[in-house]
Amino acid sequence: MNRFAARTSANDSPVQRAWGAESAARHRRRVALEGRIVKGIFFTCALISIFTTIGIVVSLVSQAMGFFTQVPLWEFLLGTRWSPILIPQSYGVLALVCGTLLVAILAAFVAVPVGLATAIYMSEYAPNKARRILKPFLEILGGVPTVVYGYFALTFVTPVLQGIIPDLLVFNALSAGLVMGLMIIPMVSSLSEDAMLAVPRSLREAAYALGATRLEVAIKVVVPAALSGIVAAFILAISRAIGETMLVTIAAGATPRATFNPLESIQTMTAYIVQLSLGETPHGTLEYNTIFAVGLLLFLMTLAMNILGNWVVHRWQERY
Amino acid sequence: MAGEVLKNIGAGTLHYRLSARKLVGTAAYMLFLLAVMVGIIGLVTLLVQVLVEGLPWLSPHFLTSYSSRHPEEAGIKAAMVGTIWLMGLTAAFTIPVGVGAAIYLEEYAPVNRLTRLIEVNIANLAGVPSIVYGLLGLALFVQALSMGRSLLAGALTLSLLVLPIVILSSREAIKAVPYTYREAAYGLGATQWEVVRRVIIPAALPGILTGTILAMSRAIGEAAPVIAISALVYLTFVPVDPLDRFTVLPIQIFNWMSRPQEDFRGLAAAGIIILLVILLSMNSVAAFVRNRYQARSEE
Repeated sequence: MNRFAARTSANDSPVQRAWGAESAARHRRRVALEGRIVKGIFFTCALISIFTTIGIVVSLVSQAMGFFTQVPLWEFLLGTRWSPILIPQSYGVLALVCGTLLVAILAAFVAVPVGLATAIYMSEYAPNKARRILKPFLEILGGVPTVVYGYFALTFVTPVLQGIIPDLLVFNALSAGLVMGLMIIPMVSSLSEDAMLAVPRSLREAAYALGATRLEVAIKVVVPAALSGIVAAFILAISRAIGETMLVTIAAGATPRATFNPLESIQTMTAYIVQLSLGETPHGTLEYNTIFAVGLLLFLMTLAMNILGNWVVHRWQERY
Repeated sequence: MAGEVLKNIGAGTLHYRLSARKLVGTAAYMLFLLAVMVGIIGLVTLLVQVLVEGLPWLSPHFLTSYSSRHPEEAGIKAAMVGTIWLMGLTAAFTIPVGVGAAIYLEEYAPVNRLTRLIEVNIANLAGVPSIVYGLLGLALFVQALSMGRSLLAGALTLSLLVLPIVILSSREAIKAVPYTYREAAYGLGATQWEVVRRVIIPAALPGILTGTILAMSRAIGEAAPVIAISALVYLTFVPVDPLDRFTVLPIQIFNWMSRPQEDFRGLAAAGIIILLVILLSMNSVAAFVRNRYQARSEE
C-alpha cells in the first residue's frame, strides 16, 4: 500500500484520487478534531487566571497558617506594636495598617479634588486641541514607575517640606502621601472622565436650554449623573494607594507606629514585606511567615475595596 | 402674567444674578485649570529634578560597568542585562497565554457562569497589589516548584501580574474587528479556527501589539514583586541562562536610593533616566502602531 492509498476512498472523484486528497468525511473529522483541540488550548489560557487567584489564596493562607499557629489572630489584628525581630517580639499589625491608611488618606486629600477637577476640565471645558496635548501628559504621569516617585519624594519634596516645617524627619508619611496623591491623580481623573463622557449630550443641552451656565451644567447635571463612576474611581484609586509599595518603602520610613501624625516616620504593610524580603530570612521561620500574614491582610483589604468599587458602579449606575 | 413676574423680580436683579453666576463660573474655570496644572507641574518638576541630578553621572562607563561600593566606578550593566532578559521571558510567556485567553473569551466562550466567573476574576486580578504577586511567586515558583531566586521565577511572576492587562486590551482589539469580516470568512467556508487565525488575529494585531507593549512597560518599572523573588540586589555578573540570579533597573535604582552617601543619589537619578528613556520609547512605539492602524482603518 502506498502512502496515498490510506487517504483515498472509492467515493473520491478521479481528480481527488490522483492528488491523494482526503475524503470529505475524513476532512470533516480532522477539522472538527482540530477545532476542539484549538478551543481546548484557548480555554486553558483563560483558566490560568482562575488558577492565579487560587494560587494567591492558597499560597498566602497556607504560609500565614504557619504564623497563626504561633501567634493568636486577635493579637495580630488588635495589637498596636509591630516588632517581629527585636525582642520582646510583638505582632500587632495595627501599627502597619495605621501607616498604610495614613499615607492613603493623605494621597486621597490630593488626588480626589485635583483628579475630579481635572476630569471636569477634560470632559466639560477642554477644547479638542487641549485634550490632545494634556492626555499624553496624564498618561505619562500614570506610567512613571513608583521607584521614580520614591526618588522624587525623598530628594525633592521632603527637602522642600523641611523648609516649611523645620522639624520634619527625612522619612515621613506626609511627603510619601503627597507624592502618592500626585501618582494616583491620573487614575482618578481618567476613570471619572470616562464616567462623565458617558453622560448623554441631551442632558447637557437640556440644562443649557434652561439657562444654566457651563459650571452649573458640570456640577449640577454631569457630576450627579456620573456619580457612581466617580465614587468608584475614588475607591479604586485609594485601593491602589494601599497596595503601592516602592514609593512608601523609599520615602515613608521603616518605623511601624500606630499614629495618624503625618510628620512622623511610619511603615506601611507593603514596605514591611519588602524590608523582610531584602533580608533573605530563612524559609519557614516565624519571621518569614509574617510577610504572608501581612500579605493576606493586604490582599483582603484591596479585594474588598475593589469589589466595593465595582459594586458601586453597577448598583448606582444611572442608565440612559 | 410673565410681565408681572418680571416686575416683581426686577430686570436688574436678573441681570445681576446672571453676572454673578457667570463670575462664579469663571472662577471655577480658573480652579479647574489650576488643578490640571498640578499634575503637569508635578511631572515637569520630577523630570527636571531627575535630569539635573542624573545627567552628570551618565557616561559610557556607567552603562558598561557593574555596581560598586565606590560611586564613581559604579555602573548599571547587570541591571540592564537583567531587565532585557526578564522582559524577553515575560513577553514570551504572557503574549501567547494572554491572546489565547482573549480569543477564548471573545470568540469561543459560551454565555454561562464559568465564563462570567473568569471575567469577574480577571477584573479583580487587575486590582491585586503587585507585592502580593511577589509573595505568590515566592511561595509557588521559588519554593514549591524549586526554581530558586531565578530569572525564570521572576518572569513567570511578572507574567501573571501583567496577564490581566494583556487579556483586557487584546479583548478590546478583537472586539473592534468588524463582525462583517467574520461573516465573510464563514461565508467562504472557513472553519472557526481558520477565521481566528487568518482574519481575526491579523486584523486585531495592531491593537494587541499596542496593549502588549503597554503591559510590558508596566512590568519593566515593577520593583516590588521582583524584590520578593530576587531579594539580592548586589550582582557582579550578568545572567546567562533562565535559572541564574538577576537584578533589574528599578531594584538597582532602589538599592542606590537606600545608601546614605549623596553620590549614590546621582547614580539613582542616572538609572532613572535610562529607565524613563526605555519606557518613553516603548510608549512611542505603541502610539505609532496605534496611529498607523487608525489611519489605515479610516481609508
